[in-house]
Amino acid sequence: MKISIDKGLCKGCGICLSICPKNVYGFSANRNSYGSSMPEAVSESECIGCSLCERMCPDAAINVEEEQKCG
Amino acid sequence: MNRLMERYLRLDALPTLFCAGCGNGIIQYAAISAIENLGIRKDTALVSGIGCSSWIPCYLNMDVMHTTHGRALAFAQGLKLARPGKKVIVFTGDGDCLAIGGNHLLHACKRNIDITVILVNNHIYGMTGGQKSPATPENAVTKTSPFGAYDEPMQGAEIAMSLGATYVARWTAAHPVQLQKSIEAGIKHKGFSLIEVISQCPTQSGKSVYGNKDPAFIINYLKQNSFIYKEGMEEPSGRIKCGILLHDNDKPEYIERMENKTEQYRKRL
Amino acid sequence: MEPQLAEPSPKGSRKVILQGNEACAKAAIYAGCRFFAGYPITPSTEIIEFLSSEMISVGGTFIQMEDEIASACAIVGARWGGKKAMTATSGPGFTLMQETIGYAAVTETPVVIVNVQRGGPSTGQPTMSSQQDIYQVKYGSHGDYEIIAMTPSSVQEMYDFTIRAFELSEKFRTPVILLADEVVGHMREKVTIYEGEKAIRGGHRNYVVSPQEDFYTGGNCLVEGQLHDEEGMRIGHLPSKSGEFIRSICGKIQNHIDEIQDVQSYFMEDADIAILAYGSVSRSALNAVKQAKGIKLSADEKEGKLRFLKKLVRKKSAEENPYSHLNVGLIKVNTVWPFPEKQIRRLAAKCRYVFVPEMNNGKYCREIERCLKECKVISLPKIGGEMHSPAELLESIAKEVKEDE
Repeated sequence: MKISIDKGLCKGCGICLSICPKNVYGFSANRNSYGSSMPEAVSESECIGCSLCERMCPDAAINVEEEQKCG
Repeated sequence: MNRLMERYLRLDALPTLFCAGCGNGIIQYAAISAIENLGIRKDTALVSGIGCSSWIPCYLNMDVMHTTHGRALAFAQGLKLARPGKKVIVFTGDGDCLAIGGNHLLHACKRNIDITVILVNNHIYGMTGGQKSPATPENAVTKTSPFGAYDEPMQGAEIAMSLGATYVARWTAAHPVQLQKSIEAGIKHKGFSLIEVISQCPTQSGKSVYGNKDPAFIINYLKQNSFIYKEGMEEPSGRIKCGILLHDNDKPEYIERMENKTEQYRKRL
Repeated sequence: MEPQLAEPSPKGSRKVILQGNEACAKAAIYAGCRFFAGYPITPSTEIIEFLSSEMISVGGTFIQMEDEIASACAIVGARWGGKKAMTATSGPGFTLMQETIGYAAVTETPVVIVNVQRGGPSTGQPTMSSQQDIYQVKYGSHGDYEIIAMTPSSVQEMYDFTIRAFELSEKFRTPVILLADEVVGHMREKVTIYEGEKAIRGGHRNYVVSPQEDFYTGGNCLVEGQLHDEEGMRIGHLPSKSGEFIRSICGKIQNHIDEIQDVQSYFMEDADIAILAYGSVSRSALNAVKQAKGIKLSADEKEGKLRFLKKLVRKKSAEENPYSHLNVGLIKVNTVWPFPEKQIRRLAAKCRYVFVPEMNNGKYCREIERCLKECKVISLPKIGGEMHSPAELLESIAKEVKEDE
């Protein structure tokens, strides 16, 4: 799965970290536009595409998509 | 950015004014998924009152009416009566709907008019800075209940049922999938539907109600301290009653009743 | 808007005897009003009663709401649904509607609100007349906005002004108030009414979100009570843009005052005393003017007929007519707001005295004092629920003039 987090929308609330059933997320050293810590899909390969993080992100910052296979 | 939301949000209005971890965004997503699933975007208008939750529709590229405090249901009924074939969804909060808008809720429920209400209950007046609302739990210390609240809190869903609403559900912000399904069912239901969502306000109710301002903590708390109601079950006390609490298809809808009553008169003309 | 009838169709006009409130309701139907929400209140109740069935017969929607707040909100909602909408009320109900009148002004929603005035304050005098809401109608809601308010003085004017109220509200996309009172609301007179439906052309909002002005037309309208920009997004936190917005919604009325204003004059050509009146009091005032001129009184007399009679007047002796020395005329204001300052100034230019009788403590008179600096402006207030009689007016005028001489 391909997980992307919008730096301009994320407010760093941490809900995605807490609710992911596969613990895909961890806080990163990156900062969002607000200056707070941003999550990062540290174990992206574990993602099962349940989309709970998309639904639970209050700021529409997360997008989970199946990875496009090239060729 | 989320692909679904990208198609619905007014991009130039972002970011939202909601605090980090606010439940409003979760409810916004659930409502949008419901509208998208039903394919009714062009036939739906969103009406809201005043308060944080009433800002939910203002960020959406749809027909939106952001009205005065407590009056969303009155505006919505006018709109629905003018265009009976179209859908109207109302976003309102516990203060907006149960305090200042109580009379309009009473009469909209009683009429059983075909409107879907999403009642976002965060137990507090968030926008004005954390004052007691009609839904604030007893003993909660807020800016206007410094000795602990002593009013009995109002239960939005139960009140709607007692007033004659015909589809009533309650979920928390920790139940996004069920919430979306209930919104869909409420929209499809012919009659007055009210879906109460217990939502987190990390900034204000986090402090006054939950004693912890971490949104993730409140989400976990809501998940652990709620139960899904099934008919006939023994209800555990002290936990939030979630689920579809009422679904009555027998009571005729208001505009149908109105048309039936006036049909004879129209025919005679 | 839903498609309008192509042509104005005053096919048949006919004369009938109607009550003022009834005439107002009939005019609303003729003007294309297809949504009425209201709450019964004396002395406006006949409007809601009449429309409860009449609205159904023309395929419109009628609803009795839980209160006046909800009634005002419902008509705004219905207007965004594309139906021309109206509500009717009186003093206490009008007070409750103020919140929504402000909302309609800021969202540029065309709606018509009828206030059949009764005596106040509070529950006041439910069955008696007054003109006490003359300032509330302009300043009732909080904040800066402009309002159009019309004051009918006869059943015919109840009918005509209601139609014009719809025209003005649609053209300028603003709430318009028909400021009637118990006297005109309840009197019965002969009135010319029309069949069919008048086509009324709509205007555009100053702050247009999309070319589509109504909901469900794919325009993604954002109707916003906060100060907003062209996209509907809030600008309340931006001082210069907010100021621009307020100037815009006030300006669209102030800048078109010549088009909106309706001020009539009777015998003002060479008058040096003017009675300035509005609403039902202007009936008494016209009667007083005619008495002073010694003209036989008849409700149906036309201006031309009067001019001929006027010549005969001067010959009458002072004994027959104690007021023949008063060279008095009438300025009748039909659109009290926006204040028709220029027109009043022009008409009263040659006057030494301007008397302002009104059924309140002397409110509109303050506006007249402000705009007429050259002459003596005298307030003739009357409170308690009764209209001024013509004799009362003439006595007060004669007394004032005599004292000065």
